[in-house]
Amino acid sequence: MQVGFTHFLALAAILFGIGLYGVLTRRNAIGILMCVELMFNAVNINFITFAKFITPDKLIGQVFAIFVIVIAAAEATVGLAIVILIYRNFRDVFVDKMNIMKW
Amino acid sequence: MLEGSVAFIFYIIAFAMILAAIGVATLKNIFHAALLLVLTLFCVAALYILLSAEFLAAVQVLIYVGAVSVLLIFAVMLTAQLTNYNIKQSNEQSLPALLIAVCFIVVVIFAIVTNLKVGGFPLAENPEVGGSNTAEIGKLLMRDFILPFEVVSILLLAALIGAIVIAKKDE
Repeated sequence: MQVGFTHFLALAAILFGIGLYGVLTRRNAIGILMCVELMFNAVNINFITFAKFITPDKLIGQVFAIFVIVIAAAEATVGLAIVILIYRNFRDVFVDKMNIMKW
Repeated sequence: MLEGSVAFIFYIIAFAMILAAIGVATLKNIFHAALLLVLTLFCVAALYILLSAEFLAAVQVLIYVGAVSVLLIFAVMLTAQLTNYNIKQSNEQSLPALLIAVCFIVVVIFAIVTNLKVGGFPLAENPEVGGSNTAEIGKLLMRDFILPFEVVSILLLAALIGAIVIAKKDE
């Protein structure tokens, strides 16, 4: 039983696909944010897999993954602040009810 | 390449991670989905350790499991009507979305496998570089990546202030 490069990349692809499905089907804005976090994590797994199997002596892939984590944290903060604000105005967090900018 | 018992551990982690991620994407109770997200993030941290990225595993547990998921659970507690099970949690697009997700996964895995066969990835001879790499990451961050490091600090500060300004009540 051997596990290598392909397995990690395939696992990341599956995780990204599940996150994509969640983003497309969830009605709850917080659920969408959670699925976006899944997709961020899939991308990070890819970064570290490539860093380990292609350039094992350099650590640039890992540094890049750290930046992705920081930006994901910033995204979650601002996104949840927006969700809280929307909840305060609409008493609802379902994205299909937020349609006042549509006509 | 991981072999033997380590490969077995990989399969356990992968299985748990995929099941938990499916729960995050589909569960009706959004609070349970948030808890499963914590499990998924833990599994990702375990994968980082298998990929000999110990520092990143620690960062993952600290930031994602410690901070981001607590924030998400707070938001769930503040907004969702958890006791009302009659609320629909998914829209009408689940079939096309499933199709898109499955197509994406199949195409990407196909691309990876074919590219590997023709030697499209310049794989290293020996990826097993042992030892801790935390000090090396610190040096990289403070030397080669000092500018992005500072920019990201300012971005974090801006996001913090922005979140407070957005979420505070108007007078």
